[in-house]
Amino acid sequence: MLKKRVAMQDIAAETRLFNSRAVVAMLIVCFAFSVILLNMYNLQVRSYQDYQIRSEGNRIKVLPLAPNRGLISDRNGILLAENRPVFSLELVPEQIDDIDVTLSSLAELIEISSEQQQDFLQQVRQQRRFNSIALKERLNEQEVAIISVNLHRFPGVTVEARLSRHYPFGDLFTHALGYIGKINTNDLQRLEEQGVLANYAASREIGKLGLERYYEEQLHGTMGFQEVEVNNRGRVIRVLRSVPARSGKNIRLSLDVGLQLTAQQTLNQSRGAIVAMDPRDGAVLAFYSNPSYDPNLFVHGISSSAYNALLHSPDRPLINRATQGIYPPASTIKPHLALLGLETNTVQPGTKVWDPGYFTLPNSDHRFRDWKRGGHGWVDVYSAVVQSCDIYFYDLGIKLGIDRISDYMRQFGFGERTGIDIHEEASANMPSRGWKRARFNQPWYPGDTVPLSIGQSFWTATPLQLAVSTAVIINKGMMPTPHMAAELSSADSIEPVEPGLRPVVTVSDERNWDIVAEAMVQTVATLKGTAHTAFKNTEYSSGGKTGTAQVVAIAQDAKYDADALDERQRDNAMYIGFAPAENPTVVFAVVVENTGGGGSIGAPAGRQLLDYYFSAGVNTNE
Amino acid sequence: MNSSVVDPAQRSGRFAAFHIDLPLLLGLLALLGFGLVILYSATGQSEAMMKAQVIRLGVALAVMAGVAQLSPQTIRRWAVALFSIGLLMLIAVLLFGYVGKGAQRWLDLGFMKFQPSEIMKLAVPMAVAWFIASHNLPPRLGHLFVGFMMCAVPTLLIAKQPDLGTSLLIAMSGVFVLFMAGMSWRLISFIAVLVSAFAPVMWYFLMHDYQRQRVLTFLNPETDPLGSGYHIIQSKIAIGSGGVDGKGWLQGTQSQLEFLPERHTDFIFSVLSEEFGLIGVILLLAIYLFIIGRGLVIASKAQDNFSKLVAASFTLTFFVYVFVNIGMVSGLLPVVGVPLPLVSYGGTSMVTLMAAFGVLMSVSTHKRMLANV
Repeated sequence: MLKKRVAMQDIAAETRLFNSRAVVAMLIVCFAFSVILLNMYNLQVRSYQDYQIRSEGNRIKVLPLAPNRGLISDRNGILLAENRPVFSLELVPEQIDDIDVTLSSLAELIEISSEQQQDFLQQVRQQRRFNSIALKERLNEQEVAIISVNLHRFPGVTVEARLSRHYPFGDLFTHALGYIGKINTNDLQRLEEQGVLANYAASREIGKLGLERYYEEQLHGTMGFQEVEVNNRGRVIRVLRSVPARSGKNIRLSLDVGLQLTAQQTLNQSRGAIVAMDPRDGAVLAFYSNPSYDPNLFVHGISSSAYNALLHSPDRPLINRATQGIYPPASTIKPHLALLGLETNTVQPGTKVWDPGYFTLPNSDHRFRDWKRGGHGWVDVYSAVVQSCDIYFYDLGIKLGIDRISDYMRQFGFGERTGIDIHEEASANMPSRGWKRARFNQPWYPGDTVPLSIGQSFWTATPLQLAVSTAVIINKGMMPTPHMAAELSSADSIEPVEPGLRPVVTVSDERNWDIVAEAMVQTVATLKGTAHTAFKNTEYSSGGKTGTAQVVAIAQDAKYDADALDERQRDNAMYIGFAPAENPTVVFAVVVENTGGGGSIGAPAGRQLLDYYFSAGVNTNE
Repeated sequence: MNSSVVDPAQRSGRFAAFHIDLPLLLGLLALLGFGLVILYSATGQSEAMMKAQVIRLGVALAVMAGVAQLSPQTIRRWAVALFSIGLLMLIAVLLFGYVGKGAQRWLDLGFMKFQPSEIMKLAVPMAVAWFIASHNLPPRLGHLFVGFMMCAVPTLLIAKQPDLGTSLLIAMSGVFVLFMAGMSWRLISFIAVLVSAFAPVMWYFLMHDYQRQRVLTFLNPETDPLGSGYHIIQSKIAIGSGGVDGKGWLQGTQSQLEFLPERHTDFIFSVLSEEFGLIGVILLLAIYLFIIGRGLVIASKAQDNFSKLVAASFTLTFFVYVFVNIGMVSGLLPVVGVPLPLVSYGGTSMVTLMAAFGVLMSVSTHKRMLANV
């Protein structure tokens, strides 16, 4: 059978058949290669741009670089807010042979809690092998030293430094500087609304309060970035392009460390505030609210127990008394009212009023008392201010009427925010008929005007408003906008903060300013002056006005106990002043809560401030 | 096409004496040389891997030269024995095989680990060719059936390992023999219909989950960009971003930064495409086309049907490797794990391929001696 088939074999036909199949095969091969080429053409020519972009997107990552926050210094360049390196112990897992051995060796050198070790090992499992992972953060100096000298023993172990905000003066400048803290969702939302969120890609902290918040935009700086080439696991292979971050602007304040310290020591254990300012340009020289707290606590996140202690302290340390403390101005506003009296010809410089020790309204037998039993006798505008005669001002107030008082005092800035460069500021209250109607749905009674005329009842003011209103008297109607920042400087420029003096009070007779200022100087200089004792034997001249406010403290907390209540019912001591008497360079306001009289407590506090001011020559040499 | 017949002695006489087909050798050397250039880049300039690959190339070339010394008659005599041994080994692998990477493909012979499916890549087409060539062409239906069975048994054994890719390639190498032998177009159409009908059966009953996943990913890689679609997406980005003239040797960002997976093995074609662009692709395809063309020429010039069929089958199987690999990395075919022949880094398959080219050289060079008689 085999033989037969072999015999029948047609070699030529078989070759033809095979060759035709070979040609078919070759055609199929060519067709297949054409398909491949067509596909390649599609990928490499027609879709080239597309894949080119995706390829670049794969390999190029942009890493944001956080800018260094601007520094804040006092008027003499003493740093008040700085960036300090904090050190952390970090390990790169891929460079370490045996992590457990390394951990136990490190734990022999410095204290590393088992919790820290667990956290670290957790991170090692979660992160890329080439990422540096912190084992212990915020090393102290000794720990840094110990690790540093032993570093050669531990490949893959490093001590990393990063900058952290630090306030070297602790609680001294808290209410001025504020503090920075971790960016939270509210901050993110605000940044988003302002359209600057992208600039914070590498930032962890943001100004939360005070100057740190007000000047956030200037202090923060501009983010830089690095364009890096990464591999498929995200490891940085090389830096392609780098745009360095631009540091935030440094801010030099007009505040003076020495004057600030004096303010702190003056207030000592008392609640209260002291503000001092250059009336010529609004530069704030001292800005202190007592009690204060350490802002450094907030930088790394304050513990809730520490925060609650601050929040619920009956002394209310979180409140910025200099701008948020709402106090009845008491007799400190008598010079302002005297000016109004003179301006409106309600009184003349020579007009005398008999002070029997009390004042009654027509058709009323209610006696409004003078602070001095038996009264001051005959008083004119000078002695009324110098001796702080209440009856004179009751009389004047009734003659002026609420409308004129309210309108005029508003021009001095009462009831308005001063516009100082922090956001924590209250407008306090300058009452009016409209205000009382809106607030209590009651008409304004003449009986309301009487206590108002000595800065009591509904009239409230912040210490800063008092200082600013004093500056208006000194400047003959020009109001400075108070500011703590004196100049903002970057590497290539220095921009001073504009003074911002504006006319607010116009008078028909310029001499009226001199009368009021002279009355304030006599308050200090003459024997009967309420501030005379406090300012005995000074080498400088000054003017001022005492005030003693009968009030409850600003902390309207219903929960405090009886002992505390008694203490808090005592008078607030107030004092406003300026110095020197001729061409003043400083105005100031002092409020000491629940301690006593303006003459016995307020004025001596003012003296302490001025003593330092002149002995140190804070801004007199300019 | 005729030149090599007209004047073989003058041009390749010296090589013919050593049973080396010069055009095929040149084509292979061009491919291997180009391959090494790409591999240097694809291995991240690893000298150790280059050294290993060069040693493997040396061994593979030696195997090729050695096989070329055997006459086609000798090879034909060995075909059945090789097939039988391969079959026994496949059964052994299923019974006592060594499991690696989740599949039972390796046989531990004590001194070396060995993949019997590699033998079958050669043995199946040889055995089928032996059987078909022992009858007149075109084969009758009954012979075709036997031929198919000779393909089916080892295919199923390998598919059970499981190694679907290799088993299908081996089945194909046997079917190529039947096709070249002149199987009627009617029957081819019938089988094509049968295979399409079989596809759902395979999908639901024979394929493993990971294999199904590969097919699904192939159909739409973007649905799973970080999972199994990642490979193919990154590969297409590498190819596409190469453009016409490429990013330059060692400059491919997809390859060098390892976005490209398996860059020195299955996806080495993407490295080439990225760094040498469309120009490099055309050059590589030209070399492949030349080798395939030369293989078919050798087959058609062969003097006996066994030689013709074996040579053609080896050549077409080589082509299928090329097509499947390139199709896979460029998104035309699902990812099946077939290396780019003679370019990808790796051992056994290269030796097997070069042994097949050794057979081609034997066919090319031994026939003339017969013709001259």
